Amino acid sequence: MALKMVKGSIDRMFDKNLQDLVRGIRNHKEDEAKYISQCIDEIKQELKQDNIAVKANAVCKLTYLQMLGYDISWAAFNIIEVMSASKFTFKRIGYLAASQCFHEGTDVIMLTTNQIRKDLSSPNQYDTGVALTGLSCFVTPDLARDLANDIMTLMSHTKPYIRKKAVLIMYKVFLKYPESLRPAFPRLKEKLEDPDPGVQSAAVNVICELARRNPKNYLSLAPLFFKLMTSSTNNWVLIKIIKLFGALTPLEPRLGKKLIEPLTNLIHSQRACIQIPKEGSVHCSTGKNTNLVLLQEKQRDGHTSAMSLLYECVNTVIAVLISLSSGMPNHSASIQLCVQKLRILIEDSDQNLKYLGLLAMSKILKTHPKSVQSHKDLILQCLDDKDESIRLRALDLLYGMVSKKNLMEIVKKLMIHVDKAEGTTYRDELLTKIIDICSQSNYQYITNFEWYISILVELTRLEGTRHGHLIAAQMLDVAIRVKAIRKFAVSQMAMLLDNAHLIASNTQRNGICEVLYAAAWICGEFSEHLEESNQTLEAMLRPKVTTLPGHIQAVYVQNMVKLYASILQQKEQSGEKEAAQEITQLMVDRLPQFVQSADLEVQERASCILQLIKYIQKLQIKEVPVAEEVIALFAGELNPVAPKAQKKVPVPEGLDLDAWINAPPSDSESEDEKPKTIFHDEEQRHSRHRQPEIDEEELARQYQDTPGVEHIPVVQIDLSVPLKVPGMPMSDQYVKLEEERRHKQKLEKDKKKKKQKKEKKGKHRRHNSLHTESDEDIAPAQHVDIITEEMPENALPSDEDDKDPNDPYKALDIDLDKPLADSEKLPVQRHRNAENLKSPDTEAPLVGKKSKKPKKKEKKHKEKEREKEKKKEKEKKVTEEGKKGEDLDFWLSTAPPPSSITQTQSEPEGSTVLAEPEENEDAKKEEQEEDNDEGKKSSKHRKKKHKKEKEEKSKDKKKSKKKHHHSEEEPAESVQNGTLDDEPLPPMSSYCLLAENSYVKMTYDIQGNLQNDSQVTVSVIFENKSASFLKSMELNVLDSLNAKMLRPEGSSVHDGIPVPFQLPPGISNEAQFVFTLQSIVMAQKLKGTLSFIVKNDEGSTHEKLDFKLHFSCASYLITTPCYSDAFAKLLESGDLHMSSIKVDGISISFQHLLAKICFYHHFSVVERVDSCASMYSRSIQGHHVCLLVKKGENSVSVDGKCNDSTLLSNLLDEMKETLSKC
Amino acid sequence: MGLGGSCAGWLMQAPCWLGGDFSLSEDTQQQIIRETFHLVSKRDENVCNFLEGGLLIGGSDNKLIYRHYATLYFVFCVDSSESELGILDLIQVFVETLDKCFENVCELDLIFHVDKVHNILAEMVMGGMVLETNMNEIVTQIDAQNKLEKSEAGLAGAPARAVSAVKNMNLPEIPRNINIGDISIKVPNLPSFK
Repeated sequence: MALKMVKGSIDRMFDKNLQDLVRGIRNHKEDEAKYISQCIDEIKQELKQDNIAVKANAVCKLTYLQMLGYDISWAAFNIIEVMSASKFTFKRIGYLAASQCFHEGTDVIMLTTNQIRKDLSSPNQYDTGVALTGLSCFVTPDLARDLANDIMTLMSHTKPYIRKKAVLIMYKVFLKYPESLRPAFPRLKEKLEDPDPGVQSAAVNVICELARRNPKNYLSLAPLFFKLMTSSTNNWVLIKIIKLFGALTPLEPRLGKKLIEPLTNLIHSQRACIQIPKEGSVHCSTGKNTNLVLLQEKQRDGHTSAMSLLYECVNTVIAVLISLSSGMPNHSASIQLCVQKLRILIEDSDQNLKYLGLLAMSKILKTHPKSVQSHKDLILQCLDDKDESIRLRALDLLYGMVSKKNLMEIVKKLMIHVDKAEGTTYRDELLTKIIDICSQSNYQYITNFEWYISILVELTRLEGTRHGHLIAAQMLDVAIRVKAIRKFAVSQMAMLLDNAHLIASNTQRNGICEVLYAAAWICGEFSEHLEESNQTLEAMLRPKVTTLPGHIQAVYVQNMVKLYASILQQKEQSGEKEAAQEITQLMVDRLPQFVQSADLEVQERASCILQLIKYIQKLQIKEVPVAEEVIALFAGELNPVAPKAQKKVPVPEGLDLDAWINAPPSDSESEDEKPKTIFHDEEQRHSRHRQPEIDEEELARQYQDTPGVEHIPVVQIDLSVPLKVPGMPMSDQYVKLEEERRHKQKLEKDKKKKKQKKEKKGKHRRHNSLHTESDEDIAPAQHVDIITEEMPENALPSDEDDKDPNDPYKALDIDLDKPLADSEKLPVQRHRNAENLKSPDTEAPLVGKKSKKPKKKEKKHKEKEREKEKKKEKEKKVTEEGKKGEDLDFWLSTAPPPSSITQTQSEPEGSTVLAEPEENEDAKKEEQEEDNDEGKKSSKHRKKKHKKEKEEKSKDKKKSKKKHHHSEEEPAESVQNGTLDDEPLPPMSSYCLLAENSYVKMTYDIQGNLQNDSQVTVSVIFENKSASFLKSMELNVLDSLNAKMLRPEGSSVHDGIPVPFQLPPGISNEAQFVFTLQSIVMAQKLKGTLSFIVKNDEGSTHEKLDFKLHFSCASYLITTPCYSDAFAKLLESGDLHMSSIKVDGISISFQHLLAKICFYHHFSVVERVDSCASMYSRSIQGHHVCLLVKKGENSVSVDGKCNDSTLLSNLLDEMKETLSKC
Repeated sequence: MGLGGSCAGWLMQAPCWLGGDFSLSEDTQQQIIRETFHLVSKRDENVCNFLEGGLLIGGSDNKLIYRHYATLYFVFCVDSSESELGILDLIQVFVETLDKCFENVCELDLIFHVDKVHNILAEMVMGGMVLETNMNEIVTQIDAQNKLEKSEAGLAGAPARAVSAVKNMNLPEIPRNINIGDISIKVPNLPSFK
């Protein structure tokens, strides 16, 4: 045995190793391919040997060849052999090769499952490490499913080295196997607070990556991340977290407020070092073993990292400010500040900072174009930068900076750049940008379309651009949609056609000849505007045309007939018969060249038209007037159609494209079993038959109001500029003309203003000195109606058009706050997997089996324990569940009390305003006290509030009322849903009286719990009406079979739940209680008691207050928005029960009525047409409830549909009650 | 995904793909390398270190971030979730780590020991995501693995090490003059060793 080993290694020393291979390749520069194929042959021989060391060496060489671009997938099986070697040295080679060449299509990959599992549980941490690294590169859905559980175990490994790798790879596992996300998430969250910074960083990395794609699911982690941000010193982690917050703040503006301070702190602390090291110092050029002294350690010293953190902070501050300022106007100053800072970056000599400054600028641009616009000079300057990356960034910014005022100027600059630009890519980029800029939001910024057309024409002179089709599309679009410009456009296009030889001559410029397509079409379609149509027709018939690409020729042929028809008509009308015959002759003479075309379309059209014209010629000889009939061929107008129109055409009633037209072939024809399955599908589809009458009526009515085809406004031409500019168009001329025109306009306006001012002396003196004109002041040169693109009538509105169904991250959009269900477990190793391994020779089978068995038992045991843990966790969670959502709210609400207070105080009340600054300070203090224990904090916070409120005793009553009002604000949002106009709504409160005595008043509101299908949260407001102190309040209810109050673990059914606060006199506060319900189809009533101690100067007494808690069916509903198409589908599905009510004597407006239903019964309006609306809601147990509400003279009828008839009738009864109160 | 795709290092003479997260065919990899090298190499010294993504590297969300050291370019391709300056820093860490592991790294080290470069990178970036940025930690792990490798080689590894030492002495190509293929095939076929 020992001999054999020695022998093996002696062999090995004469094998080529990797270094020899590299050396060999370098020495065979001339015949590299030959040398390598020779090497591959050797490698194949080596792979056939038994010695694993030889194999590993061969695989190592193969890995190198793979990097040079050689396919090595044929050796996949050998790679697996090396992976399963017992020595780390070989294993590492094997895994490296696998990570380089395995991918999802590799079929042998399934053989690796068990090997990887074995390595993952290896006692040697580096075996586990390489396995994890390798797996991260080639994990497949199958591997992810089978190994998820093993990897999850590793997340709690004792070695941080393994933990961090396991944590990081979980992201890959989630991507491939999304079901694993929920079971693994709690542990992942734990790792955020791992003692090892590497593990922590990995966890942050994974969660940030997950949250980037679906931020809303991770909002609840914000407090944790906030803590990390304030405590972590690792720049990488900080950058990641800050980026994450950037993604979260748009979803939760309150978060932004909380962030600003720590972020600015970070910025301040980092400001000291602002220099990025440049490239490594160059110490060597060529030669053999020259030393690469690449490093400038002293210079580095964390400068870049500091700078990167600073930059990310600024970036997030921007994001925060943007999300904040969308709600409030006051932040424009801070935005301005950010822009100023960025300007400093951009002006920096360091190109990297310049680039990043521009990048950040583009973020601001999206929401605050005005503040960026003021730096136009700087950005235009960047266009001249020698660095292409920077030029491209600057171009991007230009897009958002244009206004009516500066569009011409900017485009003029860009045109200059186009002329100067070297390299086609940059020039093409410029070209597309010019077109983008001009055409954005429906040509919003173009005031003079003649100018635009001439710009387009100028662009056609670009050499070698690929974007001819873009220019062509623009020409067509403008000519079709801007009626007033057609005459001008036609004249320009005619000129293009006349000069076609310039455009089409060079084969290299073939991209640009696309514009001829547009030119020909425009000249043909709008030939009535053509002045010298004969000349144009001749231009189109030139022999040169036949060298153009087929599709352009085809358009030529078609449009020359249009042109011909209009010439014919002209001549006939003016009685020039000879001229008419001449033109016919011209066509007959020239068309044959197209008939000979190799392009099918051209040939077909040409020969068809040739025959037609020959026929016309015959008639002409007989002196029959033909023009009318020829022109009738092209009668009618073309209208632009929106690109999405086709998709939005609703399926007409009764049309079932899947139905058989003829009877399906009978089964007797032995066509496998296919027809059967198809037919089976068919039946399912049939069952969802078409559309209830509601929708169509509504839609029909809705679309009567919108302008159809007939309503496209007719253009009024009001030209103040001469249309024709002699010679080839020069856009510059238009710029001048436009300036003059504007100047004139302004003078006129100024005159008017002066007149006005004379009347109102001195009131607006400032205006006079301001010479900037705002956008609105500039009236377009032509009175232009841009025809909007048509949509089909009855198009279904839907926003889901743009979503990509194949987005891999969509699968990870999973609610993580929901507690785990029992069914959600990671698959555990099963025997099936062991059978999968078909290569027993790669493993030592005996040892494997023996060692495996006990392990498995262990694992099972562990698994059980884990399950227990999970269950416990779950139970805990359930109790916390109700509060979970509020946790975040609460965390957030600790920061912005100033704003909420100012909100409540915005009502005119002198004395409270005085108290404000004090409160602000208090709130700030609290903010600074970063207390880990939130519970403590909350109690503190509340206490403080109480104190404050004490101070304002006199205002107490009003305050508590206001508090009411405040709590109403959130549900009021759903009311918005139902309102279409801005009519003010009467104040509504969902809180109703629970019980009242001389000490205390309780009002309550019930909300369904989104996360749990059998829970509702009851919020009770306790108001102390007495002059005594109320404490030790305890709320208890008598549970029914169906409804139970959720009590903390270990307490019995008879225990009450303590109210978590005490009430000083006159104060009110709110507490929440969670109830579980079995069935929700019926309303419920629960009896209960509030016991409390009244304490005053005379002593304390025990008091009680009985109440009845009424759970209406509406309280089980959760306001859920619904799109009309989904709504229609739902109604179609047919498994809903129907019921209806009618209420008479309704006097309030329909809008208020809808608002009431939305507010009190938790519905949302799907669609509203006149006095008819469809509404939708969902119960916490997933019942769909659909309503159709119609308003008559003074009655309202409500038709409802719901999965459960009992629930529906109860709901309708409740609604009747609400409505009858109106 | 962290390093949205891949990170790749290029050597002037022998550009090579250092792996990453794409599963791409060899041809595409080579094409990307060629194009990137073309893009990067013609850039001046005093321009920024970022290149906006083309179609090949997965669209506009991705960008190339590179650093230039003597005749070497280190190019990382990352998506928008990474901080640009952070990656520049990471490249620096990578190069410094190489320097420590190879003891004064030179380009030939990287050319001849691509596998080692891979192993070092694997300690920093895993499956396209940044794993570790602390240089000391990386060097510690690499050293430990090397030690493990040495202990495994033990007695059996000695002759091979001796030969490779001879080879690396750069004597006029001694190993290549021996017809390696023949010997290595013949010897194991000798039955007498059994």
